[in-house]
Amino acid sequence: MEQLNPRSRSDAYGKKINRDHSPVLVYGVPCLTILLGSLTPMLPVIAPAPVLPPFGLLILIAWRLLRPGLLPLWAGFPFGLFDDLFSGQPFGSGIMLFSLILIGLDLLEARFPWRNFWQNWLTTAAILAAYLSLAALLSGAQISVMQLGLVLPQLLLSIVLFPIVASLVTVLDRVRLLRVRRIG
Amino acid sequence: MAPPAAHRSGSNKRAQLGLFAGYVLAGSGALVGVLLLALSLWSPQTFQGLRMMATDLAAPAGQAGAATRVQTRSVFDAVAGYYDAGSRNAELEREIAVARVRLAEAEAVRQENERLKATLGLARGETGRVAIARLIGSSSSSARRFAFISAGRNDGVTNGMPVTSPMGLVGRVLETGANTSRVLLLTDSESMVPVRRATDDVVAFAEGRADGSLRIRLINLGINPLVEGDVFVTSGAGGMFRPGVAVAMVTRVTDDGAIGQLLSNPAATDLVIVEPIWQREVLEQAAEELPPEGVTQ
Repeated sequence: MEQLNPRSRSDAYGKKINRDHSPVLVYGVPCLTILLGSLTPMLPVIAPAPVLPPFGLLILIAWRLLRPGLLPLWAGFPFGLFDDLFSGQPFGSGIMLFSLILIGLDLLEARFPWRNFWQNWLTTAAILAAYLSLAALLSGAQISVMQLGLVLPQLLLSIVLFPIVASLVTVLDRVRLLRVRRIG
Repeated sequence: MAPPAAHRSGSNKRAQLGLFAGYVLAGSGALVGVLLLALSLWSPQTFQGLRMMATDLAAPAGQAGAATRVQTRSVFDAVAGYYDAGSRNAELEREIAVARVRLAEAEAVRQENERLKATLGLARGETGRVAIARLIGSSSSSARRFAFISAGRNDGVTNGMPVTSPMGLVGRVLETGANTSRVLLLTDSESMVPVRRATDDVVAFAEGRADGSLRIRLINLGINPLVEGDVFVTSGAGGMFRPGVAVAMVTRVTDDGAIGQLLSNPAATDLVIVEPIWQREVLEQAAEELPPEGVTQ
């Protein structure tokens, strides 16, 4: 068979015989990308107003929607904690909001097990709107509900960027599932 | 993608327990978050050590990025320069001619100033600088306005020190790590700087508005004397910032003051100077006499 088609015993993720996924890649790639997303404040962008989307949360949601069950339900705690260290929000706001978002997504999934991309996008937009306004109100800044227009540019940018982040995550998902581990 | 089969526990007792434990863990995680949030809103400096340790660890990446930022900006500038070189040149020559006259005037004023100060027996306050640092990042996705600079305790930076750039005031140091510090930018809504109009003694407070502009609130209410284009500098009141550092320019006059544009836009600033607190002794004395005020984060 190999003489006819050299790729007959492999698929998109590599050879199928004698190879397996590497646990380091399978769990390392999602965790690392989410943590890197939380490091956005270390980008050399000195913003005069909140402009950049919360990349850590965006990537977390994208992984959660693409691969349910990959991250445990309590993953909001560690990722939120790491996000709090850099985001400028008071410590604990990320822990609380990330945890609540993951629980909410889990409940939503029990209701709608099969979703298409538009549904995912709509879900993310709703989550982002709630997250950004709650985060602004809980940030300790003197912002009242009337001044929430402040986060509108950031919200629009985040919503528009979600498809790009989601497709980036699908590319990374193929890297994650490469069969690089040799068995035996 | 559909949820994995493990999500539906069915009648499997073990799976049911696992699912339940997951919800309990996640719920308690959220609860811990609420408690931590309440704690850090109540006393913002609680987690300072943890935060600054993390920033210290992540700073090398930020420093590399800051160097790139300066380079890319000059590349864009170089390209843009070709487009309007001719008209720019003529305009600059006109400006230089005017500037030479102004320089001579300023020199005269300086001499007069020195003479008057000598008469009064005032020594010129030596401000000095504590450290020169790079802006390596900012809380660009939060409603708070913080920046990180690449100087910390090891460089002699302490909390409360003013941070300036050649264009004017940037903010003040809020938390210090070993090699990095967190700076409260002027545009943060917790930031308040006593200012006066550069041309006369109209005193006001410059408050951050979290969207990149400042609200200038006059202390003496009455007829609003401000017009667009007025420049405000620090007044030195309060003892934290030395007087005469440029802060903001009025862009829109309101009923009780004005909305001002920041003069030293941190986005266009690369190197900043950390200065010592102007009147440290007075501030410390005041702090001893007064009950401790709520520290802003």
